[in-house]
Amino acid sequence: MKPDPDLSTPNTGPDRRSFMRQSLLGGSGLVLGFYLQPLGAADVIVKPGATAGFKPNAFIHISEQGVVTLVSKQPEIGQGIKTSLPMVIAEELEVNWKDVRIVQGDLDPAYGGQSAGGSTSTPNNYNNFLKLGATARTMLIQAAAQTWQVSVSECVAANSAVQHLHSQRSLGYGQLAAKAATLPVPAADAVQLKNPKDYKLLGTRIGGVDNLAIVTGKPLFGIDVRLPGMLYAVYEKCPAFGGKVISANLEAIKALPGVRDAFVIDGTNNLNGLMPGVAIVAETTWAAMSARRQLKVNWDEGAVVKQSWDGFVAQAQSLSKQPGSVPLRKDGDPAGAFAAAAKTVEAAYSYPFISHASFEPQNCTAWYRDGALELWAPTQNPAAGQNLVASTLGIAKEKITLHIIRSGGGFGRRLSADYIVEAAAIAQRVGAPVKLTWSREDDLRHDHYRAGGFHFLRGALDGKGQLTAWHNHFVTFANRIMRDGQSVLQPGSGASLSGDEFPGRWVANCLLEQTPMECGIPMGPWRAPGSNVFAWVFHSFIDELAHAAGRDPLEFRLELLGNKDIQSGTGERGVPYNVARMRKVLTEVAAKADWGRKKFPRGQGQGIAFHFSHRGYVAEVAEVTVTKAGELKVDRVVVVTDIGSQIVNLSGAENQVQGSVIDGLGTLMFAELDIERGRIVQRNFSDYPLLRFADAPTRIDVHFVKSDQPVTGLGEPAFPPLAPAVCNAIFAATGKRVRQLPLSRTDLSWR
Amino acid sequence: MSLYSLNINGATRQVEAAPETPLLWVLRDQLELPGTKFACGVGTCGACTVLLNGVPARACMTPISTVGRKQVLTIEGLDPNGAHPLQKAWQELDVPQCGYCQSGQIMTAAALLKENPNPSDAEIDDAMAGNLCRCATYVRIRAGIHRAAEITAKQKEGT
Repeated sequence: MKPDPDLSTPNTGPDRRSFMRQSLLGGSGLVLGFYLQPLGAADVIVKPGATAGFKPNAFIHISEQGVVTLVSKQPEIGQGIKTSLPMVIAEELEVNWKDVRIVQGDLDPAYGGQSAGGSTSTPNNYNNFLKLGATARTMLIQAAAQTWQVSVSECVAANSAVQHLHSQRSLGYGQLAAKAATLPVPAADAVQLKNPKDYKLLGTRIGGVDNLAIVTGKPLFGIDVRLPGMLYAVYEKCPAFGGKVISANLEAIKALPGVRDAFVIDGTNNLNGLMPGVAIVAETTWAAMSARRQLKVNWDEGAVVKQSWDGFVAQAQSLSKQPGSVPLRKDGDPAGAFAAAAKTVEAAYSYPFISHASFEPQNCTAWYRDGALELWAPTQNPAAGQNLVASTLGIAKEKITLHIIRSGGGFGRRLSADYIVEAAAIAQRVGAPVKLTWSREDDLRHDHYRAGGFHFLRGALDGKGQLTAWHNHFVTFANRIMRDGQSVLQPGSGASLSGDEFPGRWVANCLLEQTPMECGIPMGPWRAPGSNVFAWVFHSFIDELAHAAGRDPLEFRLELLGNKDIQSGTGERGVPYNVARMRKVLTEVAAKADWGRKKFPRGQGQGIAFHFSHRGYVAEVAEVTVTKAGELKVDRVVVVTDIGSQIVNLSGAENQVQGSVIDGLGTLMFAELDIERGRIVQRNFSDYPLLRFADAPTRIDVHFVKSDQPVTGLGEPAFPPLAPAVCNAIFAATGKRVRQLPLSRTDLSWR
Repeated sequence: MSLYSLNINGATRQVEAAPETPLLWVLRDQLELPGTKFACGVGTCGACTVLLNGVPARACMTPISTVGRKQVLTIEGLDPNGAHPLQKAWQELDVPQCGYCQSGQIMTAAALLKENPNPSDAEIDDAMAGNLCRCATYVRIRAGIHRAAEITAKQKEGT
């Protein structure tokens, strides 16, 4: 890519790299290698040694011109972290946001962990980032106080300047940078953090720092990376998972227009790693894609061709009649409680495999030269990319440079590094930079999927309509892998139930068990792994129990949650559950949605659900209309979340909640993959539909409840409660209970 | 391979390409205009929307040989400084999440507003039905189109 004056676009030129490398060496006040002026100004390169800046740590630089550059170390995948984490530094730094420029950091040990998954970017960095900003502010105040020969207590920092209160003298940060750079960096715990009451930036609405580049079509995403002399690659893998190449018409392919090379990559047995396939390298993306249409590969498809979704359904049915192979939890006397029940409710819930379908197809640019590899990757987990490439291709980690490029959507897909190792393996064979681009068909048919699953549930109610026993046999999916020389079954990401999953721990007589079915289908984390569908299963079944007990679904849930404020974790992965926070969001959402106070005609109704995941407590109420013909319209969704003591960026936070709600609805309505002969049947958005405008809810009301708890992330927690809230509303409207996903599997028509 | 003379964003650009090459890849790989995005390649998602003589077209389904002298407008040509009412509204309301689909959304919306300066929600849903947003920013896109309509109306009052 050409150097771009906008620092917020990924600049991948050599100067940029030297900036990052020099920053690695940085102690306090070290001179920077490279610098750019703000957007719209001409490029100005500050030569090493020519001028000093103030650089108290790896994340902050203040130039003598007063430009404040903050490094965003986390990958930006649409969750808004490139805007929100720098805001945390800027708040404590007392800098005007308009004076701030953001650069995306490369993968670099100087930054600490850089994985964007599990909504962890905010909780893992928030407190440190406050301290980073406060440290720099403290040093700038010291620099001003020394300049004026006054006490630091007489000086305050505000609006990118330090002011001496008595004399009204003021020095801008740029004017203080050189002096500040000579001061020792104070210990992090020696600096004073602001009182959150005095925050000016945090909690306000700040637009995404890349928005201008997005709306003007600037090169910004992984797929936009362009290097001099770059070639373009496609990679064909076996449609049946894990299949190996026997032969391919490579010579015919190499003779096609624009094709530079075509070759087989043997790959490995790691379903989430470098799979076997055929690479075609050409002068343009289209030349490679065109040539691929002529490619004929003779595959050894292996035993996976015996696997099909219908086969798994039958197997799950049969397994459900036996005890689970893995016990997860047993409290009290479930058998006795069921025997003594006034009423027993039984139901089977199931859901299919689904794809991430992140909008930017997987891609990665790689350049292998002199035994070293440089990668430009739209990734959520850059270290995983570096590690997989190192272990698969035998390149030392120190020889692998990875530039984190903005991703056109993540949803968990880009925690995997298969497309990175593919690009690297191709680049090893090609003496030029090469960009690998997947087609949508590749993306849909070679995803690391959200696993399907089957829950066989029973609940017992006593004469007062109280839940006395809960039994779930979860039939799930696992891959056979080698671990420590042993062949073991490893459930897919999010495809294993915790013994502490709600309502485990709450019901006196509780039996949770699971049985994994072996499959050869690659699985991986999908937005709110596990939670994205467990919430639907459990809150739908809880709703069934409430109705069977003849009780209000809200009141039934509040009774189930009980009066204890903290429910301790008990299982291996158990975490304490703050019941008070959940009761609060649940009662708030009911109040905001006028739960129980609105009258709906038949065909309309409200549904309620809550879920705790990723440190966030969220409750949602959906209001739906179902026509007599069975067409669903979600009229309104009310969301109340508690993600701690501070919302970082109100605009970004609301955007994440709105997006989670609509993503939740689209997944509920449409997402479904079929498996036949060990491969995915669907190919593109024509047979794997995503939600379109007309199905988006008209109104989404987002409310944040602040608690005194640590600040956390919002990429995931608002997703899980949507599906059960909508399905419970559908039941209220029509009396139809949805027990199979997607929604299109259930006839919702009524008379 | 054939030589084509194209009218792209008001300028004449020469390219050599095979006749069936989609306009999308000519824009992205040969003309260094990567704002037009590849997402499905079969015309189902709208990420590659450009305007051909003012009408939204799927660049992934438009062979270069069929473009002729039609005026091609891409996101880069809408307003390079981001001053088009839609670009302003998108920034003001912070519409994007990942941002990947937004150039296609904006191009379709630009054609809509030319035809219908003040569309209703239903008219927006109808006109935008071919554009997918995987991050599901639909509520903000609707609001962004309404806001752009307001900005345009105010600009007209001012002139």
